[in-house]
Amino acid sequence: MAIQLRKRTRRQFIYSMARAGCVAGLSGSLLASYAKQSSSLAASSLRPPGALPEPDFLGACSRCGLCVQACPYDTLKLASWLDEAPNGTPYFEARDVPCEMCDHIPCVEACPTGALDPALDDIDDARMGVAVIVDRESCLNLQGMRCDVCYRVCPLIDEAITLEMRPNPRQEHHALFEPVVNPDVCTGCGKCEHGCIPEDPAIKVLPVAQARGKIHDHFQLYYESDQAKEAESAGSGVES
Amino acid sequence: MKRSVGSKSRESHGFWYANRFLILRRFSQFSILALFLLGPLFGLWIMRGNLSSSRILDTVPLTDPFVFTQIVLSGHVPEINAIIGVVLVVFFYMLVGGRVFCSWVCPVNMITDLAGWLRRKYSINTTSKLDSGFRRVLLVTVLLLPLVTGYVVWELVNPVSLMHRGIIFGMGYGWLMLLALFLFDLFIVRRGWCGHVCPMGAFYAQLGRKRALVIDAYQRDQCDDCADCYLVCPEPQVLNQPLKSKSDSTIVSSIDCTNCGRCIDVCEPKVFRFSRDPDTGQA
Repeated sequence: MAIQLRKRTRRQFIYSMARAGCVAGLSGSLLASYAKQSSSLAASSLRPPGALPEPDFLGACSRCGLCVQACPYDTLKLASWLDEAPNGTPYFEARDVPCEMCDHIPCVEACPTGALDPALDDIDDARMGVAVIVDRESCLNLQGMRCDVCYRVCPLIDEAITLEMRPNPRQEHHALFEPVVNPDVCTGCGKCEHGCIPEDPAIKVLPVAQARGKIHDHFQLYYESDQAKEAESAGSGVES
Repeated sequence: MKRSVGSKSRESHGFWYANRFLILRRFSQFSILALFLLGPLFGLWIMRGNLSSSRILDTVPLTDPFVFTQIVLSGHVPEINAIIGVVLVVFFYMLVGGRVFCSWVCPVNMITDLAGWLRRKYSINTTSKLDSGFRRVLLVTVLLLPLVTGYVVWELVNPVSLMHRGIIFGMGYGWLMLLALFLFDLFIVRRGWCGHVCPMGAFYAQLGRKRALVIDAYQRDQCDDCADCYLVCPEPQVLNQPLKSKSDSTIVSSIDCTNCGRCIDVCEPKVFRFSRDPDTGQA
């Protein structure tokens, strides 16, 4: 300590204690604000499968890179100073190299601390992020073409991404096939973003917190209400 | 011309003797880096991971106790591998004792040693006053921060893990921080980082309190007051007690000593040696 057990007057002792407190407070608040500032993940960087929610992850990850070295596709990177993710933590950018969703999830297996949750035993349950059509104007399917790449490359084709046929508003007699993401199924692997044809992708995988909204807990959706269920059963009763 | 530090020892005992422990330490530091690099560069996976957490031959886990402590304080309960790993590492450093990590393992030591050497070579004597106890205040702060924020805060900026990680996984802009650290040591505070700031070193000093390996000034009566050991020592204040006090013990008992052995190298009258017993000073 700045305080050593020498013979000191009380005044000197109080002075050195106060000084140590100030130094700790100053460095601590600087570090804490830097940590707070860098705790939000850039939209382009995604965590490996099984990663704990971001605040917990930043407390649990030892920044050892064992997951990065376990990844057989070199998808994962370890952030350095001023990178997209907080220093030392693993991340990937789907546009560069997406997650190939290995069956045995070697990155989770390699994690020594549990920052990647070992409870994840089925890669389809991973929630690395959620795919979102961020720009309808640059989606080729929404321009009436049959690009379909995001739909075709999706490892959970017809579950995580479906094609919905709609009339094409620009022409009177053509259809268009809109890719629609089911956020409850999408693992966030990023194959769609990686494959998306335009110069800048029309579909991007965003970290879950940035991709999803949330209805207030006190909201009661009619179709989930008891009233609706009663009406439904009563209605079906009348019909039969 | 000004005599360089350690020249007397080199003239009397030869180059090897006057640089033994320096060369052995560099060998140790580079070997550890090499073990970690064999995998990424040549596919020879003896060590995976980095100094924060690693695996030897895909079986034995190792975890840095400083990172581990921060993780636990952030409120996360680590998995069993991290726990086994930290027990092994703590056991090793408690067995050897002292800040062996700092001088024989830590890669930043090479940067700060370079700055120290340049300071001596070009007589850069400017130094700002910074209490060497600052690191202990910083250590307490760094251990409190995860409690308050829930994040492992220090690892966002820790240049020690940044450097080791950067060498293995890619440095990115990490060199900026290492450059800053080098300049800090070169022009602002003598032995600034390792001797005054680094909370990781302060942590390992506490871990190595019970020391099996110590520096012993067993022939202090031979000392000719040339001060080479003081000039070369990264923590010169630790030499006062065995050399200059009238105490019976000739052991460097301060926990700040990094066991680098440089004082043994440069001492022409062979005052120092490594000793295995902190009580009796037996070799």
